Amino acid sequence: MMTLLIIAVLVLGFMVVLRLSRVAALASELRGDREEQIPERDNRISGRMMWAFGALYMAFFIWIPLHYHDVFLPPAASTQGVWIDSMFTFNWWMLGIVFFGTNIALFYFSGKYYHRADRRAFWYPHNNRLELVWTTIPALTLTGVVVYALIVWTKITVLPAPGTMEVEVYAKQFDWTFRYPGKDGKLGATDFRLIDADNPLGIATKATMAKRLDELHAQVAQETADRDARAGILPNDELEKADKHIAHLRRQIEGIMNLQVLMQEDIAANGNNSTYLKGADDKVTKEFHLPVNTDVELIIRSQDVIHSAYLPHMRAQMNAVPGMATRMHLVPTITTDSMRAVTKNPAFDYILLCNKVCGISHYNMQSPLTVESAGAFKIWNIMLPVFEKPGAAAKEVAPAPADTAKAEATAAVATAAPATNKEQN
Amino acid sequence: MSAVEQSSAAHNGHAHAEHHQHQESFISKYIFSHDHKTISKQFLVTAIVMATVAMVMSIIFRLQIAFPGESFAFTHFFLGDKWAPDGVLSSTMFLALVTIHGTIMVFFVLTGGLSGTFSNLLIPFQIGARDMASGFINMLSYWFFLAGSIMMLASLFVEGGPAGGGWTVYPPLSVLPQAIPGSGTGMTLWLFSMVLFIAGSLMGSLNYIVTVMNLRTKGMKMTRLPLTVWAFLLTAIVGVLSFPVLVSAVVLLIMDRMMGTSFYLSEIHIAGEALDNMGGSPILYEHLFWFLGHPEVYIIILPAFGISSEIISTMSRKPIFGYRAMIGSLMAISFLSFIVWAHHMFVTGMNPFLGSVFTVTTMMIAIPSAVKVFNYITTLWRGNIVFSPAMLFSIGMVSTFIAGGLTGIILANSALDIQVHDTYFVVAHFHMVMGVSAIFAMMAGVYHWFPRMYGRMMNTKLGYLHFWVTLVAAYGVFIPMHYVGLAGGPRRYYEYTEFPMFQGHVMDLNVMITVFACIGGAIQLVFIYNFFRSIWYGQKATQNPWHSNTLEWTAPVGSMHGNWPGPLPTVYRWPYDYSKPGKQEDYVPQTVPLEAGEEEH
Ligand code: HEM
Ligand SMILES: [Cu+2]
Ligand SMILES: [Cu+2]
Repeated sequence: MMTLLIIAVLVLGFMVVLRLSRVAALASELRGDREEQIPERDNRISGRMMWAFGALYMAFFIWIPLHYHDVFLPPAASTQGVWIDSMFTFNWWMLGIVFFGTNIALFYFSGKYYHRADRRAFWYPHNNRLELVWTTIPALTLTGVVVYALIVWTKITVLPAPGTMEVEVYAKQFDWTFRYPGKDGKLGATDFRLIDADNPLGIATKATMAKRLDELHAQVAQETADRDARAGILPNDELEKADKHIAHLRRQIEGIMNLQVLMQEDIAANGNNSTYLKGADDKVTKEFHLPVNTDVELIIRSQDVIHSAYLPHMRAQMNAVPGMATRMHLVPTITTDSMRAVTKNPAFDYILLCNKVCGISHYNMQSPLTVESAGAFKIWNIMLPVFEKPGAAAKEVAPAPADTAKAEATAAVATAAPATNKEQN
Repeated sequence: MSAVEQSSAAHNGHAHAEHHQHQESFISKYIFSHDHKTISKQFLVTAIVMATVAMVMSIIFRLQIAFPGESFAFTHFFLGDKWAPDGVLSSTMFLALVTIHGTIMVFFVLTGGLSGTFSNLLIPFQIGARDMASGFINMLSYWFFLAGSIMMLASLFVEGGPAGGGWTVYPPLSVLPQAIPGSGTGMTLWLFSMVLFIAGSLMGSLNYIVTVMNLRTKGMKMTRLPLTVWAFLLTAIVGVLSFPVLVSAVVLLIMDRMMGTSFYLSEIHIAGEALDNMGGSPILYEHLFWFLGHPEVYIIILPAFGISSEIISTMSRKPIFGYRAMIGSLMAISFLSFIVWAHHMFVTGMNPFLGSVFTVTTMMIAIPSAVKVFNYITTLWRGNIVFSPAMLFSIGMVSTFIAGGLTGIILANSALDIQVHDTYFVVAHFHMVMGVSAIFAMMAGVYHWFPRMYGRMMNTKLGYLHFWVTLVAAYGVFIPMHYVGLAGGPRRYYEYTEFPMFQGHVMDLNVMITVFACIGGAIQLVFIYNFFRSIWYGQKATQNPWHSNTLEWTAPVGSMHGNWPGPLPTVYRWPYDYSKPGKQEDYVPQTVPLEAGEEEH
């Protein structure tokens, strides 16, 4: 249907071109018109069209938000969102005045002063006082805008109070994973070299390091054997590739061994406070829950490329940058249930979406967010499996895959492979 | 290419052969020409071709956005089975089209095309010079530009498709072919194409600067330069200072891709494997990119300001209001454009204090911008406005600049930007200021100086049709787009079908945008027809069709080596003596000496 419409528009447009140009060319040839001599009648028509268009434009500008008012986001669901919303309102009013004022002047003057042979333009090359006035007025207004902006910005970006709850928001192509601290209230250290199927965030504990080293050693052995077995058959560049990959794996091993040393030193220095001992009781999940009316700090990381954690209903956004952790904190103020009532939409969900182009499924890298009462949040959180069962780490070997808590976490993680992303929703 | 040759050929067919001391060969005259007029036309025609390609791309991805998953013969016609199986645009190609559309429009059309065409045409003519300081370097600048253009287009045909990480090509996405198919050969071509483009752009800019500084004719003081030349000069200076930074960004990216360095990479685990790279940061790239990227947007809008100032004054038959203030604000904008770049990075995790600093500097840019708008409006006030198509486009330029500049004030506000960063609100903002405003100025320039370029006139009635439909379509596209952004709609999404919150009215707006985009695209055919037809069949131009004061209209119609047959013209006054009291005519060319007792404005 729309295709037809568009094709019709295209064809029609082109026919109009040809017809008009032929008519115009013929007519002007007959009259001996010059293209650059624009008769008063045409100037008057253009002037009137300026008026008509100006009016139409203003009307269109007002009509859209009136007619499509439900496209706007519902009221902000966080404290910072409320500040941002009211600053938006202030800015809309101020900019609206300038917008209408300048556009009305522009289109009105254009239409009014169309060319007439008996008129002469007013010689008015400059007026220093006027120019001073309209340099200072915008400057003063903008100073106000800036001061307001900086006050809100400072409030939003102020460091969170010590002890604020931390939640990790972890991005990778093309889904989100979340990590909540365990009883110790602290998130443990991570390292990207420790990432594997059982440890999607690369949490760094004694056990994960040992396990990852085992895996890598096994892989090196396997690949070396493969390579040697086929050394006579493979072309040189394939061999080189295999060698390079083995060298790469060795570097990973070396890296993890260095990390083990770091860990030992850290434990020696900080004892039970070492960040390498904080990860075992962390909870890794594919679900995103936040307690209402609580300041939470989101620690945002990425595994591969830049993503952006965007929570439009919270008016919150922060990039996820590989190689560093970015942070933002916010206080959600409306539970999902209340928001369902406010929006009169029983299916409403807050949404976390990716807002920095990150690859071919960027458009579907999302996760719902549930904001609930502190009590409900606690119950949900307690039910989450911990990353390593107590005692597993002490053995300094990889826990058996049968380990229930971890198996659950793994299962939750495994469901969200990129390919199955689309079916998820 | 052949269009370039033909257009120059047609134009020169009736040139004043008697002025040529020696017979130049066809090749040296039209292809490897050192003549600023020919080079200007080469830039223009190349830019028109590139713009057409980029516009078709935008129609294709707009169709997908408004009608996700629907099959379009149009899409299939251009992309074939590989990229549009069953006529449905693939998600890989969607990102590639968005990327190449942006790159072509920003760099090849609005930088190369706009500055290349009009700086080349107008600088020598309006300062009274026989040609650019170095004709040879000028020629090279075009050939680098063309080579870059061809390489960019070639990337459309490689395995894996062209670059797909957006026109800003942020790493690691743009470094790792595992991350997106376009980061293979397509990205390599993108990077080398940009290096060529920048080399060409630098040669051009240096030439423009040297020419304006050294080759002004007798009496052409800096304070008698038309605003066009001022704008081109400042644009060139901004370009020379900022483009090299993009080269370094690009070179480091190339090294990360090809030599295993880690300037932008650290701690990455992709495609099931940890990479070796440690210690780099993608944020470094963002700083380098935007250190050019922001001045770049002013490289686009400054010439647009110059062109519209000149046309608005001429066609209002009234001096530009506040000539010195206009120069001052051009200078202020040029300077400030260097210290605002990080407003593109408010949510990268940058130190919040830095965010505050960049909010302040960015807001400051709005002041000279506002002054310019007020001055344009005052110039129109009590004018005697001749509505040539060029004048219509110039007024359209001012109107759309107001809309885009005002949303800039929202985006400059770091706190508000948290909500709208990377949504369609930003897309609407920059399309308003460059996609419409700067393009309008470019159109205005083409209509206005067409007689100077080709010795013929474009059809005025078709110009009217082109203007009004384009204006309505442009607002029809970009006003609704702001609301999609305010609804939280992210940019560069292949489809919105996965989100209940973007159904209903948001999709209605998307359909409206696409319909207007198709109308706006189709109407450009009128322009293309008018342009190419007029080159050969347009009415022959007269010496000074717009009754303008500037020097380019004192040179004989058509094209001749050295621009003026006799000695160079001498300048006695500023270029804006329109409707000066006590004068018979409503214009006094710059070559007319002051009368006894006459004040120079
Ligand atoms: C009053 C003057 C202006 C101000 C205050 C302003 C401010 C801004 C800000 C803060 C952003 C970043 C938004 C974000 O990414 O979240 C932005 C984006 C942009 N602006 Fe402007 N701007 C102004 C004028 C212009 C002009 C004249 C142009 C071009 C001719 C322009 C082109 C762009 C482009 C291309 C982007 C987006 C780039 C991207 O992310 O792809 N702006 N502007
Ligand atoms: Cu993403
Ligand atoms: Cu900028």
